[in-house]
Amino acid sequence: MNLAYRDIQHNMGRFLLTCAGLSLLLGVVLSMIGIYRGLVADALTLVRTPAAHIWVVEADTRGPFAESSRIPGDTREAVMRLHGVEQAGSVTYQSVETVHNAKKLRVYVVGYELNRPGGPSHIIEGRAIAKSHYEVVVDRRTKLKLGETLRLGSYNFAVIGLTDGQVSSGGDPVVYMALKDSQELQFDLAPSAARLEIARGNTPDNSDLDTVNAVLARLTLHASPDIAAETVRRWKHMGAMTQQEQEDILIKSVVEKARKQIGLFTTILLIVTTVIVSLIIYTMTMDKIREIATLKLIGAPDRTIIGLIVQQALAMGVIGFTLGALLIMSTKDNFPRRVVLQPEDGLLLGVAVIVVCILASGLGVRLALKVDPATAIGG
Amino acid sequence: MNNKNTHPLVHISGINKYFGEGDSRVDALRDIDLDVYAGQVVALLGPSGSGKTTLLNVIGCIQEPDGGHMALDGDVVYDNGKWLRSDLRALRLEKIGFIFQFHNLLPFLNALDNVSLVLELAGHDKALARKRAMELLLYLEVDHRSQSYPAKLSGGEAQRVAIARALANHPKIILADEPTAALDSERAGIVMDLLRKVAVEQKAAILAVTHDEKIFDRFDHIFHLRDGKLDE
Ligand SMILES: Nc1ncnc2c1ncn2[C@@H]1O[C@H](COP(=O)(O)OP(=O)(O)OP(=O)(O)O)[C@@H](O)[C@H]1O
Ligand SMILES: [Mg+2]
Repeated sequence: MNLAYRDIQHNMGRFLLTCAGLSLLLGVVLSMIGIYRGLVADALTLVRTPAAHIWVVEADTRGPFAESSRIPGDTREAVMRLHGVEQAGSVTYQSVETVHNAKKLRVYVVGYELNRPGGPSHIIEGRAIAKSHYEVVVDRRTKLKLGETLRLGSYNFAVIGLTDGQVSSGGDPVVYMALKDSQELQFDLAPSAARLEIARGNTPDNSDLDTVNAVLARLTLHASPDIAAETVRRWKHMGAMTQQEQEDILIKSVVEKARKQIGLFTTILLIVTTVIVSLIIYTMTMDKIREIATLKLIGAPDRTIIGLIVQQALAMGVIGFTLGALLIMSTKDNFPRRVVLQPEDGLLLGVAVIVVCILASGLGVRLALKVDPATAIGG
Repeated sequence: MNNKNTHPLVHISGINKYFGEGDSRVDALRDIDLDVYAGQVVALLGPSGSGKTTLLNVIGCIQEPDGGHMALDGDVVYDNGKWLRSDLRALRLEKIGFIFQFHNLLPFLNALDNVSLVLELAGHDKALARKRAMELLLYLEVDHRSQSYPAKLSGGEAQRVAIARALANHPKIILADEPTAALDSERAGIVMDLLRKVAVEQKAAILAVTHDEKIFDRFDHIFHLRDGKLDE
């Protein structure tokens, strides 16, 4: 006969309430981890979408995401001439804030050369950009519909295609447009004084309107990204990094702090969970002192009594965790940022919860083992 | 009584038990000698605080005495100031049945499971345990309440379930602390008759604390405790 189960059955309401409380706590822990995973996934989508092998940027910068990078628009032709380069494309990246339907909308504008690397990889609705003017492909998260008009700066763009899950490392949805449009937009949005200078062709680095943030290149099958990047680094004013280096930079610069923050929170929450479960188990044991004394009196071995406490703690942990996981799974799409629930994270947290519950029942077990069987007699 | 020539089921001699130290020391039991034989039902009488419960606790191996000698069912369990058995709980499970003033049933188990639990703890398989538990409830005439939880039982019903539990493992020694205090006199009489029946049929020794003058005639012996000292 399983005493833990029978006791729970007898106090079902209270037990479920406790589990529900615990599930909220564990749900928060799980969503923390999910948010962190989402952060990493978001940070990497933009870098991974073009499926590039090397990124050519301004010398001594870690651009175009972690630091700003500006290079002349004709860099792409030089890159194309590199040995092993199969395709190359110029890209621009900029954050733009606009108002849509009387609501503030922050988007991340990606300009790319049509039919070259840098555009959206997968369009879920509508079509890709066909003409080089005033068309945009936007991410679903902008909440824009096909055929709507999006006003950016002083231009109107027609929404002709939708992507899914394309966001900047800051979580802003991506808007794809032709490179020319994006360059004009960059100019249009620049502070007026700077704009005047650029128009006069008087910028210090002699750049004109034809500036891009990076050139990305795809290599032939047997070409080495390291060698190609090394070659570019010898060029004046140019820097280069491989896809892997670019991803590492993003993870370091964008995600590292968040990782520490969230790691810290998760640790604190797990400690809080341990304390709370300990207290719950301890009070549950306190409430059962007389029953435990009776069990000892009628000859139940310690194993039975420890089993009663530990099994209840585990049941609480498992049910709380399951409810918490279900809660987050069913609400994750309503979070403002992407929440990515990975099975292995869930598994790890599940194991952590089990360990926490076993640790937490220690206090109750200690109390139970100290109970004097004479307590059961009284009088 | 009968069986006086065989060894007693409960044999204690020179048992002392005190609580506290120095000025606050209470001598709960002083130099107690007591033998109870199979088939005997004996009463323990005495004013409040005289040490009755303490004596039952010592015999039940729940409290350790401070010196003396104690043998249960022929086994010396306490001598020379220490327990001679390491697993007192297993000893209790096998040899001793307890009946308390308040029934002490586990509130989260129904009547049947309260009884079958001790059988399962003693290693009987589930089906057998339930079968025997049901027989015991029938024997105590509470089988109709087998599925009820203790909170839903009347005092008398709960006490009879508790007795069924105490009897489940055929204990040689049954210790009862005011078993009839919660019952009316008719029920008290029935319970005492039942204990007597058990003592005779199962060759058990029964030691019961009582204040209940109405049932004195049902005991083979009455021991009086006064300030921790025993006289017959
Ligand atoms: N755990 C304890 N700690 C300290 N003193 C105790 C303890 N248990 C009992 N005593 C003392 O020992 C003496 C005997 O107590 P005991 O409980 O055996 O009395 P009793 O005869 O059962 O009384 P009652 O009829 O009221 O139940 C009392 O003076 C009591 O205060
Ligand atoms: Mg007493």
